[in-house]
Amino acid sequence: MNAHISIRSVHKTYGSFDALKQISLDIAAGEFITLLGPSGSGKTTLLQVLAGFVSPSSGSILVGGEELLTKPPHKRNIGMVFQNYALFPHMNVFENVAYPLKLRRVAKAEVERRVRGALDMVQLSQFIDRSVDRLSGGQRQRVALARAIVFEPQILLMDESLSALDKKLREQMQIELRHLHERLGTTTVFVTHDQREALTMSDRVALINKGAIIQVDRPREIYENPRTRFAADFIGETTFLPVEVAADGGALLYGEPLRLADRAPPAAGRHWLALRPEKILIRPADGAPSDPQINAIPATARETIFQGDSLLVIADLPDGQTIAVRVVAQERNRSLVPAPGQSIVLGVHANDTVVVAGDE
Amino acid sequence: MSDAVTAAAPAGDTGLLARAERRETIGLALLTVPGFVVVALLLLVPVGWLFALSFVDKSGALSFENYLRMTESVYVITFVTTFQISAIVTIGTILLGYPVAYLLSQLNARAAAICMIFVILPFWTSVLVRTYAWLVLLQRRGLVNSWLVGMGVISEPIPLVNNFLGTVIGMLHVLLPFMILPLYSSMKAIDPAYVKAAANCGASPLRAFWDVFFPLSRPGLFAGTVLVFILCLGFYLTPALLGGGRVSMWSMQIATNVSTYSNWGAASALGVLLLVVTIVILALLNRVFRVDKLYGGR
Amino acid sequence: MLMRAATSTQIRHYQRLWLYALCAMIFGFLVIPCVMIIPMSLSASNYLEFPPRAWSLRWYEAFFGSPEWMDSLWVSLKVATLATLIATPLGTAAAYGLSRLQPAVAQWLRLTFLLPMIVPNILVAIGVFFVFAKLGLNNTIIGLALVDTMLVLPFVLVTVTSGLQSFDVNLELAARSLGASRFQAVMTVTLPQIRGSLMAGGLFAFVTAFDEVVIALFISSGGSSTLTRRMFSNIRDQVDPLVAAVSSVLILTSIVVLIGMQVFKRRAPGES
Repeated sequence: MNAHISIRSVHKTYGSFDALKQISLDIAAGEFITLLGPSGSGKTTLLQVLAGFVSPSSGSILVGGEELLTKPPHKRNIGMVFQNYALFPHMNVFENVAYPLKLRRVAKAEVERRVRGALDMVQLSQFIDRSVDRLSGGQRQRVALARAIVFEPQILLMDESLSALDKKLREQMQIELRHLHERLGTTTVFVTHDQREALTMSDRVALINKGAIIQVDRPREIYENPRTRFAADFIGETTFLPVEVAADGGALLYGEPLRLADRAPPAAGRHWLALRPEKILIRPADGAPSDPQINAIPATARETIFQGDSLLVIADLPDGQTIAVRVVAQERNRSLVPAPGQSIVLGVHANDTVVVAGDE
Repeated sequence: MSDAVTAAAPAGDTGLLARAERRETIGLALLTVPGFVVVALLLLVPVGWLFALSFVDKSGALSFENYLRMTESVYVITFVTTFQISAIVTIGTILLGYPVAYLLSQLNARAAAICMIFVILPFWTSVLVRTYAWLVLLQRRGLVNSWLVGMGVISEPIPLVNNFLGTVIGMLHVLLPFMILPLYSSMKAIDPAYVKAAANCGASPLRAFWDVFFPLSRPGLFAGTVLVFILCLGFYLTPALLGGGRVSMWSMQIATNVSTYSNWGAASALGVLLLVVTIVILALLNRVFRVDKLYGGR
Repeated sequence: MLMRAATSTQIRHYQRLWLYALCAMIFGFLVIPCVMIIPMSLSASNYLEFPPRAWSLRWYEAFFGSPEWMDSLWVSLKVATLATLIATPLGTAAAYGLSRLQPAVAQWLRLTFLLPMIVPNILVAIGVFFVFAKLGLNNTIIGLALVDTMLVLPFVLVTVTSGLQSFDVNLELAARSLGASRFQAVMTVTLPQIRGSLMAGGLFAFVTAFDEVVIALFISSGGSSTLTRRMFSNIRDQVDPLVAAVSSVLILTSIVVLIGMQVFKRRAPGES
């Protein structure tokens, strides 16, 4: 791909601790890519390297063919929305958003026009004269965003910018940001630890853990086909069941054969079947056998938890492990909810099986 | 603030609750009484007495004579000198104190703790000792003169003490920590994200400092300035020892009026005026801060 | 080392050398006068010189061997101790009361307590001199101690208040919900938690009272002179290396106090 941003073997060490381990990543122009990972994974460090606030120990980053790392942060022309927004408290909304333009010596009339334009885009025009301390969290977030895009940067960075907002506002902003991105087409690097957020907003998701990139894929791909156990665990709710793969490619779960999807079979040895709650069908144990494509796993129902939009059925597996199955709360699903202690069969379609290797 | 435990009294009997809360408040207020008595007796009474004295003329009658005499040249010179020295010393502490406070606020914890010692040690050393040290350092045969002569800057010792210059140097030394500490505390509270955001917007380090950091440090700067200025106005010790009698400061004039002339009228009038000026400046500080908050710092 | 970043905006150390140099000079300006007296006090000659041509402890011997100086030292110690012993409980009680009262009422009271810091010392000096003359309290230790108590009260108040602010009120409330009266809760839970601030406040009070000069100038003399009063006369009348010896003792005491404050700060983790 003709990458807009080309991160090449970026390495950062703090004393004896490797924060970033030879990270390489190509980001296309206009792409919205999310760096997803747990805290301490290095995703924020990578963002700080892009912004210029952390100098890597080695590596290079090319933007449009030019080396970025030799430029000081104020010369990089990259927009950034900070985690706590960092709106200048001694300036009002207009002055905050106008600041990058002032620094670039834009003419006064032009500044006014562009600031109004940016505030319009984040739907905050009526607050233009307000002082910053009288804004709510969501409003501050929008001002920070307006300030980051007003000078039309080629790249936009967002550092866990939505984490301080409450749930409803957060979800609303996720969609709004998505729309804004579609309008502006700016290459955006978004950092979050919330996998749902990552899946909602991104063109691609880069999963990072312990300073290394685990997997980079489109949201659907990374959800449906996680490549490692960590990826399967971090994204979505997953239960791992032990799978033995024989030399001929046949798989066994609890001694019974397991039908896998039509993909290249995994290498021989011990693996894990990553099961997501929504991929499992429940039927009573003595029910009629169904489609041979559906694997039948015996279990005993323990309890059912009401979670509003769905029911969570907790069941015990033959090896003592507990598994959670999500049943959408619809009228037609009523019969699927088992009584405590009832023997049931969990059905997993072959195409819904995901097998991942050992530990990582 | 209503105490949660007290409010655990049986609900429904609001009279009981209100009485319990009042008892609580009175009890807490009583805790402050002994201290208040000390301050009242030993500060308010003497100062109040002085206030009364200032309105009594030589014959014992009530009059404004003492205050009218404040317009005489001997007093006017004192006021002018005091304000001059206070202004110079205050500006000096700003020029010297700001860089130090800035550096301290930007260093990591360990380095900052070590460098703080250079500020705290003078702060904890008695003013008398420090003034004495400058007397020794600045005298004709003192270190500074010897060093200047040795460096070839001057050919023979110059009078550095027992004059205006010595007084200024001594006061600068004593008051510098009083500027550095509030400034430092205010600078430490500035979120580093602001400067980063400024840089990200495109500001060079100098611009980021001037546009963002400096305005945010203004409250501390203001507090330090007012504090130092007020301390300068009422300062006695250092001008008395380093001025050589040539520098007439407000506090010294008060002292000589009492100890040499027993002119209580003049002394008390001078004292009351000093107090009034001090309070006015403090009140202004209060106003500016509140105004500051209203308009969000603009 | 110089190439390493000094700030998060990637300003490097070598770009800031001017700042380091300037601050080093200012630090020197601040500290050298304080410590330079010490070697000068060890000079054998009758004049103050640096560096001393010959070393000797004669001025320390003169100081510790002089009955008048020792009397003054004793007076200063007594006065400062008395003032601290009275001001610390009074100030702590006031700090606690003010912190739990409604802000509307508390702020005026607080202002009163801070007055000794606002009113210029010289005013207090002559006012107290005048009043004490009428009461016969001039040149008495008790008179001095009382005035110093008033002077150091705000310092105790401010120090303990800041300690109370970092103290979690819930601890006290928890004790009370478990059955302790307010008094018991304060004595057994609150005070031990803020003891770092208490010690610091007491130390602050002691040093301030001990170093006090201006008021002592007016209300102590002759037999009841404080150490600082005697030093002042001595400085005014003759530039005697003996004062340098006394100063050195005081400086070393300041250093010990500084270390003591650091120790107390560390003993109370999470306190300001």
